Amino acid sequence: MPKRVLLGLLLACGLTAPALAQEPKTGGVINAVIQPEPPGLMLAQVQNGPTQMVSGNIFEGLLRYSPKLEPLPELAESWSVSEDAKTYTFKLKKGVTWHDGKPFTAADVLFSMEMLKQTHARARTNLAQVDKIETPDDYTVVFTLKQPFGPFLGIFEVGSMPMVPKHLYEGTDWKTNPYNNAPVGTGPFMFKEWQKGSFIRLVKNPNYHEKGKPYIDEIYWQIIPDAAARSVAYETGKVDVLPGGSVENFDVPRLSKLKDTCVTGAGWEFFSPLAWLWLNNRQGPLADKRVRQAIMYAIDRDFAKDVIWNGLGKVATGPSASTIKFYTDDVPKYPYNPAKAKALLKEAGYKGEKIRLLPLAYGETWQRWGEAVKQNLQDVGMNIETIATDVAGGNQKIGDWDYDIAFTYLYQYGDPALGVGRNYISSNIAKGQVFNNVEGYSNPEIDKLFADGATATPDSKRKEIYDKAQKILVEDVPVAWMLELQFPTITRCKVKNLITTGIGVNDGFKDAWLDK
Amino acid sequence: MKQFWKAMLKSPSGVIGLIILLLAISVAVFGPMLFPNSPWRMVQRPFLPPFTLSTVPLGTDALGRDVFAGMIFGARVSLLVGLVSTLVALVVGVPIGAMAGYFGGKVDDALMRFTEFFQTIPSFALAIVLVAILQPSIYSIVASIAVVSWPPVARLVRGEVLSLRTREYVQAAVVTGQSNSWIILREILPNALSPVIVLASLMVATAILLESSLAFLGLGDPNLISWGYMVGAGRTVIRQAWWITVFPGVAILISVLGLNLIGEGLNDALNPRLSREGR
Repeated sequence: MPKRVLLGLLLACGLTAPALAQEPKTGGVINAVIQPEPPGLMLAQVQNGPTQMVSGNIFEGLLRYSPKLEPLPELAESWSVSEDAKTYTFKLKKGVTWHDGKPFTAADVLFSMEMLKQTHARARTNLAQVDKIETPDDYTVVFTLKQPFGPFLGIFEVGSMPMVPKHLYEGTDWKTNPYNNAPVGTGPFMFKEWQKGSFIRLVKNPNYHEKGKPYIDEIYWQIIPDAAARSVAYETGKVDVLPGGSVENFDVPRLSKLKDTCVTGAGWEFFSPLAWLWLNNRQGPLADKRVRQAIMYAIDRDFAKDVIWNGLGKVATGPSASTIKFYTDDVPKYPYNPAKAKALLKEAGYKGEKIRLLPLAYGETWQRWGEAVKQNLQDVGMNIETIATDVAGGNQKIGDWDYDIAFTYLYQYGDPALGVGRNYISSNIAKGQVFNNVEGYSNPEIDKLFADGATATPDSKRKEIYDKAQKILVEDVPVAWMLELQFPTITRCKVKNLITTGIGVNDGFKDAWLDK
Repeated sequence: MKQFWKAMLKSPSGVIGLIILLLAISVAVFGPMLFPNSPWRMVQRPFLPPFTLSTVPLGTDALGRDVFAGMIFGARVSLLVGLVSTLVALVVGVPIGAMAGYFGGKVDDALMRFTEFFQTIPSFALAIVLVAILQPSIYSIVASIAVVSWPPVARLVRGEVLSLRTREYVQAAVVTGQSNSWIILREILPNALSPVIVLASLMVATAILLESSLAFLGLGDPNLISWGYMVGAGRTVIRQAWWITVFPGVAILISVLGLNLIGEGLNDALNPRLSREGR
């Protein structure tokens, strides 16, 4: 009889467990894959993808962003914008300490801005609009801009604007400071050790400023150089988290079907990687708008999404990803229509001139995509020759404008003024770079629209401007937009709340907990 | 000649090898006529297992391309690369070996040091470097395979010529005042040919393997399908779809085996005394 009671109790517990599951549990260790091994962890000086992913746990920014890209408090607890949209006042959170116990104050913010202007290319560009920064007291920072800058509240995430400790860096040589190897931040996890080629170990920050967080005791970032070995490491249980892009796409369906495995495409809204084909607007058949439009009609982008990317992502409608601000789908559409592509080519007088296609040397997925696009274009009568090359060689060719069609994907950073305009304005045409206006598209009207869009207020006015710009661009097809990429994050289902913001895994594991 | 064929047909390995080679060549020549569709075309749903649809008997790959069509078109590229690069290697290696062996002395020293220079570099590593530098294309692949495979030819020919040039009929030709080139081309080389032919048949096999290895590593001509490319592209999905790698892999195995058998048969036929003594 007592046995049966016990069984009943167990059953009751089992049945009520799902209701309790939402209550975070503390403790436990998470093993995650980091690919490739980061060159360093000092986020203010190194901005590689893997650095952002690991160091997003150690450092913090003033703000973070929701999946809808609304600013959320992190080190700044509130903020206000002046009437003329030129003065931004941030109130810092009190009681925040660095990992070594020293308090975090406005002086650290001021110092971080100084360092980032020298060491962080993107932060330097973003801060170019800032006239002066003042700190009236220890917990207030005031930014005064030269002119209104619409996306200003979108530049404070940890990867773009990490806060660094003034007391450890002031007066030292930043590049050789010993704390670069054992970084000190305000984040939920503290750097513990780094066995090169093997793992990076972070431990819980017991004095973290959000009470009760983080829930996890330790994070091991496992370094496994081979893609197949990374899949196996997940299957055998050595790792529990495969961040986006760490296994080949072809392995995703198989891994997704494993027991207790959860897959999500969320957490890339802030970056919104958009894949497109650079089309060299300067020379040859592609200088003709109709040929460029024909390319849009000729490529079966749904096939690419369903087969090559395993159904993840979204067919792009134009220069903006649908996840960023001021996106509109009220633009000309280019469904898969080979007959129309053929007609446009005929109209443009294309006579089988050779067109060189440069795939992206980022692994099997991109290789296969290059083959599929080539076949699509050949099917409508284009004479395509694939040029095989490695990453460096491809960058060289793109930088020298020595290509006709080339694959790429770029981040959008949430706002057209930060991540979209840069690819189409004519002042960004310069030899030697692999992003910005590589295609050589030049349209004074577009230049003006993007210049106005960045400084216009309020947002409704900006929307009007960007709607117009998107319509013109989609009509002109300066580049062939392919897919809004989603890099699936694969985790064991017991890992909860890993991705809570639009910055995803790069935002750190502060909300994550393990359901044991 | 008649005798040669008789001897060749007597050796069972030679016969099997010949049958395999003839099959492979006829597939390479006539296959694309029977399957006019490009092997790059996406024809069915991806990862279709083999023997399920008669239109795609060997299934489809990661993009839904016909594996069987790929095998047929791949035969053309693999065999062509094998034959052409061997020919180029012979064109380079035979004259160098012949001159070194015939003239001896300083010419020999110079040519052999030059040959050793290539022999000391691991051949596959050199081939990878060459293709990577020249950008992968069918020409750079043929060239790099030829570059790494001519030294053994030169050394073999040199050895043969060294022994032949002391023979009486060669000395007689010298005495009658024949020119050097006449003696090399008409008197010596025809008699040095049989071991070269045996070597050449094995070189074709090696060249096919080299091309496959290069393509496997992603250094194939991106505009041409080859067996090595198919194995390399299917490698990442081998656990979901074994057939993408296995069929072209078997094709490589069989054709290389066939060429090796032919080499053995040729050896038997061209050196009847040697082979009989061996048994």
